[in-house]
Amino acid sequence: MQKVIVGNHAVSWGVKLARTEVIPAYPITPQTQIVEELSEMCASGELPARFIKVESEHSAMASAVGASAAGARAFTATSSQGLALMHEMLHWAAAARHPIVMADVNRALGPGWNIWTDQTDSLSQRDTGWLQLYCENNQEVLDTTIIAFRLAEALDLPVMLVLDAFYLSHTSEPVDIPDQALVDSFLPKREAHYKLDINEPHAFNALVKPDDYMEMRWHMHDAQRRALELYPQIESEWLALTGRYYGMIEPYRTDDAETVLITTGTVTSTARYVIDERRSRGEKVGLVKIKMFRPFPVEAMRAALKGIPRIAVIDRNISPGNGGIFAQELRSALYGSDSDAAPQFNGYIVGLGGRNVTPDTINGIIDHVQSGETVDRPDIWVGVKA
Amino acid sequence: MSQTIIKDRIPENELLMGGHLACPGCGGALAMRLVLKELGPKTIVVLPACCWSIIAGPYPQSSLKVPLYHTAFETGAAVASGIRAALDIQGQHDTNVIVWAGDGGTFDIGLQALSGAAERNEDFIYCCYDNEAYMNTGIQRSSATPWGAWTTTTPSKHPQATDKKDILAIMAAHRIPYAATASVSYPVDLVDKVKKAMSIRGTRFLHILAPCPPGWKFEDERAIDMGRMAVQSRVFPLVEVEHGTDWRFTMDPEHVPVQDYIRAQGRFRHLTDEQIGHISDAVDYRYEHLRDLAERSQAKV
Repeated sequence: MQKVIVGNHAVSWGVKLARTEVIPAYPITPQTQIVEELSEMCASGELPARFIKVESEHSAMASAVGASAAGARAFTATSSQGLALMHEMLHWAAAARHPIVMADVNRALGPGWNIWTDQTDSLSQRDTGWLQLYCENNQEVLDTTIIAFRLAEALDLPVMLVLDAFYLSHTSEPVDIPDQALVDSFLPKREAHYKLDINEPHAFNALVKPDDYMEMRWHMHDAQRRALELYPQIESEWLALTGRYYGMIEPYRTDDAETVLITTGTVTSTARYVIDERRSRGEKVGLVKIKMFRPFPVEAMRAALKGIPRIAVIDRNISPGNGGIFAQELRSALYGSDSDAAPQFNGYIVGLGGRNVTPDTINGIIDHVQSGETVDRPDIWVGVKA
Repeated sequence: MSQTIIKDRIPENELLMGGHLACPGCGGALAMRLVLKELGPKTIVVLPACCWSIIAGPYPQSSLKVPLYHTAFETGAAVASGIRAALDIQGQHDTNVIVWAGDGGTFDIGLQALSGAAERNEDFIYCCYDNEAYMNTGIQRSSATPWGAWTTTTPSKHPQATDKKDILAIMAAHRIPYAATASVSYPVDLVDKVKKAMSIRGTRFLHILAPCPPGWKFEDERAIDMGRMAVQSRVFPLVEVEHGTDWRFTMDPEHVPVQDYIRAQGRFRHLTDEQIGHISDAVDYRYEHLRDLAERSQAKV
C-alpha cells in the first residue's frame, strides 16, 4: 500500500507494524506527531498496545525500561531537550540490555530555544551503549523502524533511529507500507531472553563489584560490534521481502572518485543532486552516506575510502573545542589504514540549528576541498557571519 | 495487641531470606519482611536507589525470593508503570507490582514520577519505608527529616529547620484509591493495610516509618520501641485515607509524651526542653487536624 505521509508518521506506521506492546510517551516538538498518531492507533484499537502518558521524558525511558524488563516490546520517541533529560536512563536501558527502540527527531539543544534540525542531541548520546541509525527519507524511516526491533532484540541492546527535524519529520513523501503479514514474518513476537518472571525470580542490576563490572561492559561492547555482522544479514532479509536495502554505509558514485563527501541524513539527498550535476560535467566526485553511527562501521569506511585522495566530512553538529563529530570518528577510523597515501581530510560544520544546507553550500565545500587550500584547523565553519 | 493475635495473623511464609545486608535493628528490613509475607510470591519488586539497594545483596545474589528490579533513584513509579503495562498486555493482572523506595526516593528525587503515576492511577502498590534521611549515603537530611533533627548536613548548630513534608496529604491530594501510614512496631495493622491495598486496583500508597538505629542514634535493640513511641506520641499517627477524602485512624494506642520519643534518640540530643515543647505543639496541631478529617469522614458515612 502506498501512502503519502510525513516522516513522523512513517515512524508511527513502523511501530504499529512491529506490533509494539508498550509506548510511554511525552510530547516535544518536532517529535510529537509520532506519538500523537500512535495514541490514535491505540485509542482506536488498531494497535493493541498500552500507551502510557508519562510526565517527562525521563519517565518515558524509565517506563520503557520497566516494560522491556518484563518482556514487552517497547518504543518511545523524543528530541533534543527530551533526549538530554533521558540521558541517565539511556545508559540504564543499554547496560541492563533492554531492546527498546526509540526515534529521535534531531533538534538543536537550547539555549537559545531552537526547534530546528541539528544532530548534536543524538550524537551527545554516543557513549550510552545505544545503536544509532540515521535516515535519509521517509521510506527509510519506516523500514528502519521495523529493522531496528529485529536488531535490538537479537542483540539485547536498544536502538535509536534518527531523522532530521522538519526536512523529514514534517515533510510528506510517498511511502510503501508493507503488509502486516510480511512484517510478521520478518519480525515475530518478542521472545525475551530473560525477563522479570515470578516463576523464576532473579534480581536485576544489583550492586556489581569491580570483579564483574568490566565483564558486563565487555559483553555490551561485544554485542555492539556484533551488529556490524548482523545488520547486513537482517537487511538482506528485508531486501528479499521488500526489494529495499540501505546498508550501514552507502557509497554513491565513488568509483574513480578523487573527492568524496561524507554525509548523513537529509544532507545526503542534497549532496546526491550536486554530485550528479558535477559528474555530468566530468568531475570525479562522489559521496559516502553514513547510516550507522554506533557501532561505527570502521572496516566498511576504510574499504569505501581506500585510495580516495580528498575527503570532505559534512557535520551538522558540533563538539565545542574539537569540531564535527562524524569528522572526529572518521579521522580516527582511517588513521593508519593507508599510511602510504593519507588523504587530504577536511571537516566542515554546516546547518547548525536548522540553517539551510543548499546545493550552493555543498558546491562551496567541494570547491574548497578541491582547491587544496591547507587548513590549520580540524573544522571549517561554512557561512558563519563575521 | 497480644502475641497470639500476631502469631495468628502474620503469614508464616518468608520471602526475605537470612543473610541480607541490613544493619542490626533495621526497621526497613523488617518492613520488607512483613509486607512480602502478606503480598506472597506473585510479586515483582521495583527498587530505586536506597538502603535496600545494599540490603538486597550484591550481584549475583538476592535476599528476596521474588523478582527484583534495581533502578535509578527517581524512577521507581515510572519503571513500575512500565512493568504493570507489560504484565497487563501479557494477561498477568494478578501479579502484584510494588515499588520499594526510601524517603529520599519518594519525598525528594522520585516525587515527580510518583505524582505522574498517581495522577494516572497506575495499578501498583508504592511502599515508602521512611527512615527520615539519606541513610545509605551516611545520614544526610531529606525532606522527610523532622524539624530539629541532626544529620551530617544539618549539624547540631544548624539542625533541620523545616517541618517534615506531609507526604500522605500529598498522595491523598492525588485522590488515589488508598493511602495509609504504617509502622513495623504495629505489624498486624501493617499487614492488614497491605491486605486492604491488595483488594483495590489503582495506585495504593503505604508510608511505613522505619526506625534507623545508626541514623537516629539509638540502641540496635530499641527499633520496635522507637516505632511504637512514634505512634504513641502521635508524631506518626496510624491512619488511612480512601480516594483522598475518607480519613480514618486505624490505631489509637495509649498516649506517651512527645518528650519520651525525642529524648530517646541521639539525633535530637541538642534540643532544649522549650524546643521539644514546640515539636509537641506541632504534633498536637497536626493530630487535631487529622481528627477533624476523620470526624468529618465519619459524619459523611
